[in-house]
Amino acid sequence: MKPIDRTEVQNAIDSFAGQDVYLHLETTNGAYATHVDEAFFSAGAYIRNAFIQYEHGKIVGDGPYRIGLKLNIGWVYAEGVNHFEVDDQGRLLVAGLDFSGKLAVSMQLSPTPFE
Amino acid sequence: MEKERHVLVIFPHPDDEAFSVSGTVAIHREAGTPVTYLCLTLGEMGRNLGNPPFATRESLPKIRKKELIDAANAIGIEDLRMLGLRDKTIEFEDDEKLTSIFTAAINELNPSLIITFYPGYSVHPDHEATARAVVRAVERIEEKERPKLHCVAFSNNCIQELGQPDIIHDITAVEEKKVAAVTAHRSQTEAMVLDWKEKFENQDADFLEWIRKERLWTYKF
Repeated sequence: MKPIDRTEVQNAIDSFAGQDVYLHLETTNGAYATHVDEAFFSAGAYIRNAFIQYEHGKIVGDGPYRIGLKLNIGWVYAEGVNHFEVDDQGRLLVAGLDFSGKLAVSMQLSPTPFE
Repeated sequence: MEKERHVLVIFPHPDDEAFSVSGTVAIHREAGTPVTYLCLTLGEMGRNLGNPPFATRESLPKIRKKELIDAANAIGIEDLRMLGLRDKTIEFEDDEKLTSIFTAAINELNPSLIITFYPGYSVHPDHEATARAVVRAVERIEEKERPKLHCVAFSNNCIQELGQPDIIHDITAVEEKKVAAVTAHRSQTEAMVLDWKEKFENQDADFLEWIRKERLWTYKF
């Protein structure tokens, strides 16, 4: 993955619009957050291979960025993303890595199911 | 360390074995004792992707699989079984299915010792769910037939509630193998081992105590 290039990510988002895609969306603070700091409220969410179609999507912000996808009857969004890759299977892999490089949020789109 | 017939190690994530019992395992292997490691997941949800990142969410499991094999080789494990479950989902699996996987392994291997986490004292939900299922599987064996069950605990309250560990293995004799096993899990441990060389050279007492003493609790049914 490399730091986000807004234009490249926007192009990838546009290329998936209006068709069936598989979504991976995840936020995490790590399973040990409360172990390390008992005052920390641990929370996260994860969905893999949600089958969606969006009308359009946007990447906005100055970095870290936000990405929102407008569905026919709903929304998908992720905040805090700063790295991306279009991999050899044509999947858009976007991640938000924290200051130590650890993954905090992940949003991925693929024309085929994720393994 | 007592000579075992067969040691069965059960943990959910690649690297769980390295920190906790890789020295113990290496000693059993050097004594010729067969060791089977059931590793439930490939740590797909690990947050360490390198800095700058060398992995993605999708390539991470392939990287961690290779690291797991390297770590197993470092401590001489010949029977490494990757069960194909998914990181952070173990507690949501069917409890009976999980238990029956472990029961089948116990029936097949007839271990005299099983090593896993201590339920209630192992912090990560995957650790807890794995440990609970192992305990269920062992509990179903008639008491006098049961293998020993040694558990790893590290929650903040474990000493307070369980007392001091009743099993302490000094693994100094195989510490290089342990370091190799931990280091093999590069994507997870790279940052952690950066200052180890210096600590060894300085004979840092706390560090040496931590790396050379593997602490386990006999499970109380």
